[in-house]
Amino acid sequence: MTPGAGAQKGEVLIRFEHVVKAFGTKRIYDDLSLDIRRGETITIIGGSGTGKSVLLKCLIGLMYPDSGHIWFEGRDVTTLDETQLREVRRKVAMVFQGAALFDSLSVAENIAYPLHEQMPELGAHEVADRVASVLEMVNLPGIESLRPSDLSGGMRKRVGLARAIAVEPEIVLFDEPTTGLDPISVRIIDELILSLKKKLGSTQIVVTHDMESAFHVSDRIAMLSRRTIVEQGTVQQMKASRHPDVRAFFDARVA
Amino acid sequence: MSDEAGPPPSAEPTETALPEMVQQELENILPLTARIRHGVMQLGGIVVMMMQALRRMFSRPVGLGEMAYQIEVLGVRSLSIATLTAVFAGLVISLQFAFFLARFGVQHTVGKVVVLTLFRELGPVLTALTVGARIGSGITAELGSMKVTEQLDAIRALGADPIKKLVSPRLFACSIVLPALTALADVLGLIAGSVVVKSQYEIPFDQYFRSALETATLVDFGSGIAKSAVFGIIIAIVGCYKGFTVEGGTEGVGRATTETVAIASVSVCLSDFFLTKLFLAL
Repeated sequence: MTPGAGAQKGEVLIRFEHVVKAFGTKRIYDDLSLDIRRGETITIIGGSGTGKSVLLKCLIGLMYPDSGHIWFEGRDVTTLDETQLREVRRKVAMVFQGAALFDSLSVAENIAYPLHEQMPELGAHEVADRVASVLEMVNLPGIESLRPSDLSGGMRKRVGLARAIAVEPEIVLFDEPTTGLDPISVRIIDELILSLKKKLGSTQIVVTHDMESAFHVSDRIAMLSRRTIVEQGTVQQMKASRHPDVRAFFDARVA
Repeated sequence: MSDEAGPPPSAEPTETALPEMVQQELENILPLTARIRHGVMQLGGIVVMMMQALRRMFSRPVGLGEMAYQIEVLGVRSLSIATLTAVFAGLVISLQFAFFLARFGVQHTVGKVVVLTLFRELGPVLTALTVGARIGSGITAELGSMKVTEQLDAIRALGADPIKKLVSPRLFACSIVLPALTALADVLGLIAGSVVVKSQYEIPFDQYFRSALETATLVDFGSGIAKSAVFGIIIAIVGCYKGFTVEGGTEGVGRATTETVAIASVSVCLSDFFLTKLFLAL
């Protein structure tokens, strides 16, 4: 069975299967398995250094697991070469932790970058229209000519988000979208994640250790601990979980 | 108890010292082999990156705009450093050669010696060392910063190829820029030399330039230019490779930048010998 071959909401779209990963002698995943369903927003929580971001990078081939499979649309991502991975990356966009905006380009050029790469058929006017439209979506209209160095941390993250959604991807990966932001910016980002899901209908994978955000945006939450997924379920199920790692994490954060 | 704890400090020094010395030697050798392995792997990585960059250089879309931008950033902005180096190199070698040739009473031949030294050796090598240090360190610092801020990952995640986008244009630009700056250095060095021999040894300009131009052949000039193109490729690829492989945050960027200058400078000097030997054999 290869997940994601169909297009029904709620079906398994991405499957991490017995994934093992280590950096030198440091083991990250021993035997990690996780299903992600079409149309859901799943949040992966866990302490710092547990390998939450690595999971996202493995999904789009920026890193490779040592063994195991990552199924997406009937193909094992771990076996694809760079050319084949580009097809995956057209459908799966990533918002990086530090936004990863290109310093040498303006905001407009940053957002237009994936459009030029993935949709070369678009004309200059269409690109400009789309840039303006996604900036509107992240509540930052009219900042096309600014440089990334002119932006605050929260604005950078929102421009990073705008760049990711410019190509209207099926799946959006958020790597620590609210880390290091003030409470108002955190709320703005959370609302954006929710509104994007409504507008684009995309599947979203959020990696965070911010529990307030996780409760706010998630359909499901998965807890990464002890080098695997120790617990997963809806927000209510996770709040009721008696797993010691989940309890320790939730009680420390919610308190 | 004390017998079991270890041998007395100075008892039978020859018998106890020998295994210790062997142990110490082994410890010295092991990091050396690790360093050699690391060096060979780096060399392999550099060669692979160069092949990838060359293969992608003229694949569509070619990216002429980025190439032109890099020529400006790496070349045009290096004009002042290249000019200063060339002028003072010309001044000093003319002074030295004129001084020594005057001992044999043949100071009128100074133009011949200066032109050959400049065209064949000092022009390309000094330009590569000074401009190369600026260019190579700049490339590593820029790409290394992109690496630690996940911009290289972002390029891949957005569906582009970082080798094609970043390495190929820099490689192309350096292979153009270094020969151009070397040609400029050759001319400026020769002119600077004429001034010093005129003022210090009263050798007329026309005599100096005539003897220089009668001596120098196109091969002398061309071999220097060809060498500088190779130096440009070495500097660019070392700079790009060290930038792409930065580890350890901003501290790592600083370390990689220093390593680029060291590796690129040594590589220029090493390859200079072999290229000179090659061109002399041709």
